[in-house]
Amino acid sequence: MKRMFIRLLAVGALFGSLAAWASEGGPLLDRFPKERVTDVAALQNGAKLFVNYCLNCHAAAAMRYNRLTDAVVGLTEEQIKANLVFAGEKVGEPMTVALQAKQGKDWFGAAPPDLSVIARSRSGGGGSGSDYLYTYLRAFYRDDTKATGWNNLVFPSVAMPHALWELQGQQRAVFAERADPHDPHATVHAFDHFEAITAGTLSKTEYDAAVADLVAYLQWMSEPAQNQRVRIGVWVLLFLALFTVIAWRLNAAFWKDVK
Amino acid sequence: MAEMKEAPAGAPMGVRLMTWLDNRFPTMFDEYRKHMSEYYAPKNFNFWYFFGSLALLVLVIQIVTGIFLTMHYKPDAASAFASVEYIMRDVPGGWIIRYMHSTGASAFFIVVYLHMYRGLLYGSYRKPRELVWIFGCAIFLCLMAEAFFGYLLPWGQMSYWGAQVIVNLFAAVPFIGPDLALLIRGDYVVGDATLNRFFAFHVIAVPLVLLGLVVAHILALHDVGSNNPDGVEIKAKKDARGIPLDGIPFHPYYSVHDTLGVAVFLLIFCAVMFFAPELGGYFLEYNNFIPANPLLTPPHIAPVWYFTPYYTILRATTDPMVNALCVIVAVAALFNLVKGKGSVAVRGGLLVGAIVLIALMKTFDAKFWGVVLMGGAVIILFFLPWLDQSPAKSIRYRPGWHKLVYGLFVLAFLILGYQGTQPAAPSGSLLERLSQLCTLIYFAFFLLMPWWSRMGTFKPVPERVTFSGH
Repeated sequence: MKRMFIRLLAVGALFGSLAAWASEGGPLLDRFPKERVTDVAALQNGAKLFVNYCLNCHAAAAMRYNRLTDAVVGLTEEQIKANLVFAGEKVGEPMTVALQAKQGKDWFGAAPPDLSVIARSRSGGGGSGSDYLYTYLRAFYRDDTKATGWNNLVFPSVAMPHALWELQGQQRAVFAERADPHDPHATVHAFDHFEAITAGTLSKTEYDAAVADLVAYLQWMSEPAQNQRVRIGVWVLLFLALFTVIAWRLNAAFWKDVK
Repeated sequence: MAEMKEAPAGAPMGVRLMTWLDNRFPTMFDEYRKHMSEYYAPKNFNFWYFFGSLALLVLVIQIVTGIFLTMHYKPDAASAFASVEYIMRDVPGGWIIRYMHSTGASAFFIVVYLHMYRGLLYGSYRKPRELVWIFGCAIFLCLMAEAFFGYLLPWGQMSYWGAQVIVNLFAAVPFIGPDLALLIRGDYVVGDATLNRFFAFHVIAVPLVLLGLVVAHILALHDVGSNNPDGVEIKAKKDARGIPLDGIPFHPYYSVHDTLGVAVFLLIFCAVMFFAPELGGYFLEYNNFIPANPLLTPPHIAPVWYFTPYYTILRATTDPMVNALCVIVAVAALFNLVKGKGSVAVRGGLLVGAIVLIALMKTFDAKFWGVVLMGGAVIILFFLPWLDQSPAKSIRYRPGWHKLVYGLFVLAFLILGYQGTQPAAPSGSLLERLSQLCTLIYFAFFLLMPWWSRMGTFKPVPERVTFSGH
């Protein structure tokens, strides 16, 4: 019996280790401060930033405005109507935009993607989808060779200009020649650091915090049930643990007369 | 008409109801006895024997959650992706149902792979259980088809491009390939027509076949009786009433035993479902959260983990691999000609056959042979009852080094699986050679089994099962 449990545990460990199997590395991503996904103030601020800065070109067609009344965001329908709905939509409607995919393609070279599940789709490589977004939104820099005048370290030659530039200010990327680890005679052109050109309305710390709030919102919006999922999951596992003990003793009671 | 039975006077309501039913539908009681209360299973089952009933549990989970998903899902290229997100957000409890289904898909393959490996460990496919095994292999084939069709339905990038890649494989079949691929797709590219037919296959055609096969699998098993970790036939030793000495009634002993298995399984299943439903991108691929885009091919198209061993076999079959296979076929035929048993005519015929095969291998594209090997890797399982010639069914009584052979096979299978999740290894690289070596190990394990499974010193098989009370 004991051996059987150990074996089952081994199977479980195998199952879990599948998750730990990391895929190949991408660019180094900064870690998104995860605790903000359950922080009411962060999510509310993130929602505000989202409808003001993103929801002009990007839609979130799977997301209804009134989902913001979920306990974890904690807004009321009146607050949503007064502060977050600008074009006269009803609160039960999804977050759509007037911009058509074709227009986006004509104006920017690429249609702005729907952001409903963007945080989930950007996982993998160097970190979670929120790590990616958190790094990406802080990695825009001035580049005159690009049509929009902007480039991005995480998403080179990205079609989107820096929508949050007024908040962050403008920066340029400083590259350095480094020794190539694979070839002692060659050097690689690698990113070294950012250098501010003009200041934004927010300090660096404030800007990082604002982006963290926005990403928290995007992460929550990608799966609004995620906090509920974890909360229910704890109770389900507790029940199953109890059930396992009962099943184990029941089994032992029946099997004691099998000689 | 059979004589009507009478409940004793003043019998309780329950007894009277049962008598009433027994007079009208005795089959119910007969089948209950045959498959539950008087089905005698060996008492020495170990944890490997949980996976059969767990597979049945997952099948039920998939069918029930599938029914509810079908109520809200829209099999339409323009609205499929959005309808899945609608289920995840706007349908009450929809996210639980959807995660049960997506986690269930992977769980199904985990329990089925372990269930099949159990058969391999204890020779469960050996006489008289060949048909049980063959029905099981057919179930595995259906399951793969079911998973493949189902994976297109969320209409994400991986759904779309995965289907594109797999359907294009059929285009590699000589002569009829392109028309065959067109017939499967219903269009020149994967599109709305493909989605509609895959939906039909996923929700009704394949499940019907699957259920029929599951019934056949269980009926055939109950006719011949279960094998056990000792590989001993318990029906050889019966008591005066004709009941196997080492057998115990399935109900209640194994129903209560499997309940424990179910509890532990659900603990793991729910841990994944509630805390890591994507399981690091292995159960739900991240790229599949991007809607299907026929104009944008993802740089790295990876099938879901349960198909990756076979996908690697496909990718490993390059021109040098085909050349290596030609050499192997030639050497085997020549060896058989010189050293083999059988008449000169038979051996000569085999040599001619080998020459024809080599000619064909060099005529058709390596991609086609990749498809053949990928399909062959599954089809070969059907022949296991006849490939295995070991005098002892169970690994317990086989030579110690047989365990190493099994270990090597498992290792090769896992390496193939891991490589399939990764971008294709560069042509001619060591990694590619590794995948080719593992492919050869996979096939050698089966094709050389008639010889290696007979070799070595076998331990005596006991007359009765080994069992010590709990």
